[in-house]
Amino acid sequence: MSIQRLKGRHLLDIESLTREEIELILDTAVPFKELFTKSVKKVSFLRGKTVVNIFYEPSTRTRTSFEIAEKRLSADVVNIAVSTSSVKKGESLLDTIRTLQAMKADIIVMRHSCAGAPHLLAKRLDVSVINAGDGPHAHPTQALLDMFTIREKLGRIEGITVALIGDITFSRVARSNIWGLKKLGAKVRIIGPATLIPKDIDKLGVEVFYSLEKGLKNVDVVNILRIQRERQKEMLFPTIREYNRLFGIDETTLTAKNVLVMHPGPMNRGIEISDYIADSPQAVICEQVTNGIAVRMAVLYLIAGEGDLNEIND
Amino acid sequence: MKLMIKNGRVIDPFNNIDEQLDIYVENERIKKVGKNLDIKVDEIYDANGKIVTPGLIDMHTHLREPGFESKEKIATGTRSAALGGFTSVICMANTNPVIDNQATVKLIHYIAENEGVVKVYPVAAITKGMKGEELTEFGDLHRVGVVGFSDDGNPVMNAEIMRRALEYAKMFDLPVMVHCEDLNLSADGVANEGYYSTVKGLKGIPAVSESVLVARDLLLAKYTAGKLHILHITTKESVKLIKDAKNENVNVTAEVTPHHFSLTDKEIVNYDTNYKINPPLRSEEDRKALIEGLKDNTIDVIASDHAPHTIFEKDKEFNYAPFGIIGLETVVPLVFMYLIEPGHLSLMQAIEKLTKNPAQITKIKDTGIEEGGIADITVIDPELELVYTKDMVASKGINSPFIGKKLKGFPTLTVVNGKIVMKDRILV
Repeated sequence: MSIQRLKGRHLLDIESLTREEIELILDTAVPFKELFTKSVKKVSFLRGKTVVNIFYEPSTRTRTSFEIAEKRLSADVVNIAVSTSSVKKGESLLDTIRTLQAMKADIIVMRHSCAGAPHLLAKRLDVSVINAGDGPHAHPTQALLDMFTIREKLGRIEGITVALIGDITFSRVARSNIWGLKKLGAKVRIIGPATLIPKDIDKLGVEVFYSLEKGLKNVDVVNILRIQRERQKEMLFPTIREYNRLFGIDETTLTAKNVLVMHPGPMNRGIEISDYIADSPQAVICEQVTNGIAVRMAVLYLIAGEGDLNEIND
Repeated sequence: MKLMIKNGRVIDPFNNIDEQLDIYVENERIKKVGKNLDIKVDEIYDANGKIVTPGLIDMHTHLREPGFESKEKIATGTRSAALGGFTSVICMANTNPVIDNQATVKLIHYIAENEGVVKVYPVAAITKGMKGEELTEFGDLHRVGVVGFSDDGNPVMNAEIMRRALEYAKMFDLPVMVHCEDLNLSADGVANEGYYSTVKGLKGIPAVSESVLVARDLLLAKYTAGKLHILHITTKESVKLIKDAKNENVNVTAEVTPHHFSLTDKEIVNYDTNYKINPPLRSEEDRKALIEGLKDNTIDVIASDHAPHTIFEKDKEFNYAPFGIIGLETVVPLVFMYLIEPGHLSLMQAIEKLTKNPAQITKIKDTGIEEGGIADITVIDPELELVYTKDMVASKGINSPFIGKKLKGFPTLTVVNGKIVMKDRILV
């Protein structure tokens, strides 16, 4: 696999990546993670490049993770937070990004509440776009860091069984994980209330469960999705309390100690995950955050980096 | 003006004619129809190898004027119609002000007479401001010539109001034309609910959101003996429900758009907003059911649902772009390519759904190609193949998924009241 493979391209979703490309990103993230053990955690692969992080939705962890990744690669970083309401009234998305393009940004990292928004930019503009989450559609770097974490902990992805639990309908994390895990040969289950399982999801080759008891049998990994309280107001489930009773992961519903517990954050403790599980040794939630930076550095490097990876160890 | 249309294959569903004939037009009327007519005229149009039909009628057009002239004007919309072979268009009420009063109807008639090139027949709203609350003055609106009542796009969700609309419209023998969509089931949806909406993370509009309202309105039409026309149906279940209702003699007619019988929801995968349409493009199974419905005449009418928008409105995130595409100029080629060429419909059957059926439902006309009849005539070249480009478009909107595509079977002559308004793809 040529390291040039992703050069100058976009990262819009996992669906459009090949297995080899996914593996290239995961492999490339390994030396970046090693860098974090050093006293100086910075390399110069993106020196002189301008990266704009434009977030049309509030985000603390993803935005910070991208910013740290970019800075550790020596990029010049600009952060723009835009409220969705002001966008609706004001300038169009295309015009905003055209302006950034005219300022000679090299990479746009965008979070947007509309599925397909980064695809619109990629199609129309001459700048590399990294999708930091588009509506319920895709969150490719999250899926990559989840896969990186699984591979690191279990040594492989091929043949393992991963359960994604909770609100699948509105989850970009779920969709991107399904694509990635399937491409790498894992079995994927989704577990959640019938009202939060989107139509025809089984056509993606996943198994659907409406009960934790059945769905958790013989799984290797559980990836617990954040439940949005608004979904209850939309009547997609009757109460938070009942959601917790039926789908909350705690020491009674997840008894196998060898199952890896993941969560993309931020967690609702006491709703989709109990304190006990969140803080248990089987949970790798904080490591996911660390890995997120390494994976994002790998993506940025592969798309726009200059220089040889071996420089990390020089 | 004396015009001779020579040697065309005349397909006239009004008189059940399918024959090679000459048509002699003098002033605004057809004077003579026959073989080898030898009359001295100002202009001869050689229709050899072409199909000559009564002027096509589009039963579902959004002309946007008054109120949304940046999207379309009556002047441009009627030119788009002429280019598409239509001599009459029935325009929907979602203008600003809404067509819910006599003055707005008069205004549209006035602008159409002065600036339009084809005939324009307004539909009035069912409810004031299309708010679904109070009926408009059907009697007054009938007096100034509306041809039906519709809150198209804003379905009347209150069944009691729909019941009263169907009852009251009966007095004027006008159709109540309904866009069937249960707004609670479809809320915030932007694409057909199914595999593609799921994978692409788009909020779905379930097929059942249409079918449940079709079922409701059919039951109400049966109960009231009202005259119901169901606009742009898209689902297999809707076809079945309407077929069953027709078997029970419910006074119902139904329509389909060319995009719904030619495209499916698979097209949304690139988030191209020219595939964002309401009702949405459905599944292949639904598309096939629509074609079956056309074949067995469950579906009576083919209509464009011409919905122009500006470039900047469509050039947006999929969720934020408005629904709708232009259609007047592509109806005829799509009918030829997807219905006639594969043998689903006979020429007569297809032309009937573009002429006689819409004319009878709205009562705008009862004559075809016959002596003494008004000379509204369309000539189609079934062999004419063109790449449909932006430059060709006469509408103000260029929001068509067919732009850049090769289409076949275009109108080459449009005659309105004996006057040529489009000849050889050029507006006169």
